[in-house]
Amino acid sequence: MQKFHAVTGIAVPLRRSNVDTDQIIPAVYLKRVTKTGFEDALFAAWRQDPEFVLNKPAYRGARVLVAGADFGTGSSREHAVWALRDYGFDVVLSPRFGDIFRGNSGKQGLLAGEISEADAETLWTVLESDPGLELTVDLVDRTVRVGDLTVSFEIDDYTRWRLLEGLDDIGLTLRDEARISEFESTREPWLPRTLPALSSPDVTP
Amino acid sequence: MTNAALTGERPRTLAEKVWDKHLVAKGEDGTPDLIYIDLHLVHEVTSPQAFDGLRLAGRPLRRPDLTIATEDHNTPTLHIDRPIADVTSRTQIETLRSNCAEFGVRLHSLGDIEQGIVHVVGPQLGLTQPGITVVCGDSHTSTHGAFGAMAFGIGTSEVEHVMATQTLPLKPFKTMAITVEGTLRPGVSAKDIILAVIAKIGTGGGQGYVLEFRGSAIRSLSMEGRMTICNMSIEAGARAGMIAPDATTYEYLRGRAHAPSGADWDDAVAYWETLATDEGAGFDAEVVLDADALEPFVTWGTNPGQGVSLSDTVPNPETITDDNERAAAERALEYMDLAAGTPMKQIRVDTVFLGSCTNSRVEDLRAAAEIVKGRTLADGVRMLVVPGSARVRIEAEAEGLDKIFTDFGAEWRFAGCSMCLGMNPDQLAPGERCASTSNRNFEGRQGKGGRTHLVSPLVAAATAIRGTLSSPWDLAADLAAGATSHTASHTASHTASHTASNTASNGEK
Repeated sequence: MQKFHAVTGIAVPLRRSNVDTDQIIPAVYLKRVTKTGFEDALFAAWRQDPEFVLNKPAYRGARVLVAGADFGTGSSREHAVWALRDYGFDVVLSPRFGDIFRGNSGKQGLLAGEISEADAETLWTVLESDPGLELTVDLVDRTVRVGDLTVSFEIDDYTRWRLLEGLDDIGLTLRDEARISEFESTREPWLPRTLPALSSPDVTP
Repeated sequence: MTNAALTGERPRTLAEKVWDKHLVAKGEDGTPDLIYIDLHLVHEVTSPQAFDGLRLAGRPLRRPDLTIATEDHNTPTLHIDRPIADVTSRTQIETLRSNCAEFGVRLHSLGDIEQGIVHVVGPQLGLTQPGITVVCGDSHTSTHGAFGAMAFGIGTSEVEHVMATQTLPLKPFKTMAITVEGTLRPGVSAKDIILAVIAKIGTGGGQGYVLEFRGSAIRSLSMEGRMTICNMSIEAGARAGMIAPDATTYEYLRGRAHAPSGADWDDAVAYWETLATDEGAGFDAEVVLDADALEPFVTWGTNPGQGVSLSDTVPNPETITDDNERAAAERALEYMDLAAGTPMKQIRVDTVFLGSCTNSRVEDLRAAAEIVKGRTLADGVRMLVVPGSARVRIEAEAEGLDKIFTDFGAEWRFAGCSMCLGMNPDQLAPGERCASTSNRNFEGRQGKGGRTHLVSPLVAAATAIRGTLSSPWDLAADLAAGATSHTASHTASHTASHTASNTASNGEK
């Protein structure tokens, strides 16, 4: 994962709450077995509407999305994060995120920053008054800056540290490999195992 | 008597006990805890990139014996003996097969008796047990919490993490008690409880929490009903829902393929008996619901929190004070093509879907079959019945449920996720309206432009008979009002038109 410090880029105001992951990427796009190439799938249904905000030329090349509360709720599909990344977004700001989406973001280098409802409204107003405006999202001091305006965002310390350092989660955990093995040696023998494969008795009519 | 009272330890909740039991390393200075995972369920959609990651890093899959895979999201529910027609779906299934072979994972493929929706398969095999940790790259993993397991959905990066380490770094969750006291009236079921809970606390109300469902109404539910409730915890924003294990849980597990037996059974039960929340344990939040007052519940909007009692009307957005919620309601009504004030019972449907990890177990099918038995599907309505697993299908057929459904005019399909999310050919057409026993009424979830009303199997069955959103109460009222003569006049032409499709679907077996 690349180190993440600050991003300056065009920001898109998405005045919608409860943007579930089915909206971010509909299920028909989940059949691919790759981790890239999902940019066409992002908000696929909404993008068919020429008036949808992402279709406005001013927002071409955007890197920051400012959305309403409960962004990324619903399905666990990490494809939602891949689609946002592939489209070019580095940051999503929202007053509240779906838990699984927020976790997925942190692992894929997409910054999911929590802002207050009031700040979301302020940012929307500013961005809508000047479409294509650039803003700066700074992970070091957890702020969003645009012109004279500065608002702060929340992100948990651990995720922030991993993003700043560009650390790989699995590598971090495997440093504790000895403790995992030790834990495994204490597990009860009756805990379920999938192997050898067993099947319940067949149903007889 | 609680074990905390005996040992003098700090009283803990069910969730805290399972968490503590799986602590590999306690986090320090803001780092997360490292939690051991007892069971990893895998399916074709969220796993290929994870297997790829292992391959790229040259890492083995640490515990194939704690991992199990099935094919469910993409699989067709017709012609399962033929190659999958959709090339991308077929590729994804074939990728799972080759990955499982390469990494030594047991896979229940299409055609295997244990194949089916991953959240039906785990419990039916007895792999889902009280007090264990269960994860899967699917948000409805919360289903398994019905057994008193800590079970939650994860993203693909986490899937790879569990494959490589059998652990996950996690911040402790907050806990929320949802107490449901009283007795459900006939015609009201577990699905109505959870839809009412979500309407009450909202789709974000459970975020950051593990929900624990308790109270007399929960205790009196079967395991199937408990699974329905825990399944939809994610729809309230909670990653997990849990119910303390009891005699009902043990009875369900006893004798299943992977359940402990002999002396192991006694040891396991001894552990399971320690899991219930201690007296005096504190929750971070509490919600109370009255089961006596509950009516059949149904959604009107495009998120699962937008629900009302079936006897109610489509709400008026103007009465909503929160700006964002009002805007969301207005957009939902537009998408759903509904006018404020319309009685829910006047809404006509085109399709009824009985299935999904929420409501596709044999008990769900039985409950619906009992209602439609000897009746006729409403004019212009199609009904899909999709068992949760191949085993459920076979069990249902052994009881003659398939015959009841096909005689009624419904289509009897093979197992899978099917129309819950329409990754296979089972989709709504644009503008089509569906009463669905699934879990999400999001825009386009069941097919682009499709409109979903979430309902219980009982409401689904009654709706299929009447053609409008209905509950068994309405059927009883029809009978009382002598409305049967009206129904009878439809029956002749109906039966004829459905015979052809019945024959076709019977031919698929």
